[in-house]
Amino acid sequence: MDGYRHGAEEEQRTSIVATGLTKRYGPLVAVDNISLSVPAGVVFAFLGPNGAGKSTCIKMFTSLLQPTAGDITLEGIDVAKHPHRARKHFGIVFQDQSLDDELTAYENMEFHAVLYGVPKQERERRIDKALRVVDLEDRRKDLVKTFSGGMKRRLEIARSLVHHPNVLFLDEPTTGLDPQTRRNIWEHIKQLNRERGMTIFLTTHYMEEAEAIADIIAIIDHGRIVAQGTISELKRRTKTKTLEEAFLKLTGKDIREEQASSVDRMRMRRRMHP
Amino acid sequence: MSGAVYVMWLRQLKRFWRSKPRVIGGLAQPLLFLFALGMGFGPVYAAAGQGDYLQFLIPGIIAMSILFTAMFNGIEVIWDRQFGFLKETLVAPVSRTAIMLGKTLGGATVAVLQGIVVLCLSLLFGYRPASVGSVLLGLVFMTLIALLFASFGIAIASKMRDMHGFQLIMNFLIMPIFFLSGALFPLDGLPKAIGTVTTLDPLTYGVDGLRGALTGLNHYSLLLDLGVMAALVIITTLIGAYLFSKVEL
Repeated sequence: MDGYRHGAEEEQRTSIVATGLTKRYGPLVAVDNISLSVPAGVVFAFLGPNGAGKSTCIKMFTSLLQPTAGDITLEGIDVAKHPHRARKHFGIVFQDQSLDDELTAYENMEFHAVLYGVPKQERERRIDKALRVVDLEDRRKDLVKTFSGGMKRRLEIARSLVHHPNVLFLDEPTTGLDPQTRRNIWEHIKQLNRERGMTIFLTTHYMEEAEAIADIIAIIDHGRIVAQGTISELKRRTKTKTLEEAFLKLTGKDIREEQASSVDRMRMRRRMHP
Repeated sequence: MSGAVYVMWLRQLKRFWRSKPRVIGGLAQPLLFLFALGMGFGPVYAAAGQGDYLQFLIPGIIAMSILFTAMFNGIEVIWDRQFGFLKETLVAPVSRTAIMLGKTLGGATVAVLQGIVVLCLSLLFGYRPASVGSVLLGLVFMTLIALLFASFGIAIASKMRDMHGFQLIMNFLIMPIFFLSGALFPLDGLPKAIGTVTTLDPLTYGVDGLRGALTGLNHYSLLLDLGVMAALVIITTLIGAYLFSKVEL
């Protein structure tokens, strides 16, 4: 399997390790004792129905949320103990937009470069290089509010590369984009993984996309990991032909919208009355 | 740390400079107040033997525009949250304190700039500064008012999830702070109830100091005004930094 190339080169190195990870909101257990390990240089897809706990996990991996219990190590750094050190080693593209519309593409990148302590004399070169990776170099001076959804996504990916992270988190990077843009974005991501050996940790609802790009898959449901392995392992285990069938077999066919929104409502209530 | 403070400050300035409608909109209100209240109440004020109402009112209106701009810039944190940009700053390897300070300084700078523009406009209404020193001292009070309400705005915004509470803050906080500060009326010989309330309003000391600096008509001593404002700025900055450090996405 071609995707394991980097894994084979750096057999011992793991990029992300979580042990006994748990997050509770009062009586609600959003993430329930999860353990996983992501080898360096692989594309790892984290899949699950709405409200399964994916985003909560990503927030904990990226130091935005303190786990109730458990440990996370990223590139050998304890995320809870040294969040600032860990933050220099990963880039993240959030599920929803996180650009400043009133600034230009270049200014957004520059803002990021300063926050991440990129030396002044290196900033311009790194920003231009990252913009070239996503084919936006000719739009560097345009205000982000003039960009399409796909361009904004590409810009966010470029921005997350400016501080040269080893790990890239992508939370549903292609949601709401047209097929052309989706394909284009995955190609950029694949290229980053292949050429730089970057570890990619992604979530998506598009199973065929996960099947096309991921080396290893973990499926989460009700806050627990229900299956983990390569795509062929998952298919073999579930005796199915596609990842989507395997996913549905593992997580059931019930629509989660209602449950997810009641969980969300509960979270909202907690936020309003802390 | 200093880099983060600087970019947060710079961003605030760029956003302000690029939103021309906001700059112009922010000037319409002070102009209207100076024109309608200043000219409208002028004769009554003079008949009551108090002198020139416009001279009295101008520092109050400068303080008003600083109060609104600074609070608004602080509360903008909620926009950043809603439009997602807050995540980008919170996941960066810099301290929350640096982000909060940069935002406070940026919001305060924008507010002082707005105040300076109103001060310049007031020249059209016949205001003549006594000396360079009085304008410089005025700038000190303008800066203190701006810092106080920019950090106050951030403190409030840190506890809000969305803009639904904005009207509430406007009507129950910003408006009372403005109207009960002595920006529009002299503090001498007030009925007890309102007199007490004005002493509890932080803006009272800012307006009084600014008025003392610009026109020499102060109710308290300038030193008291300066001390109260400086202390309040420190307190709100500390509270703002604490609440902002507790923000969860």
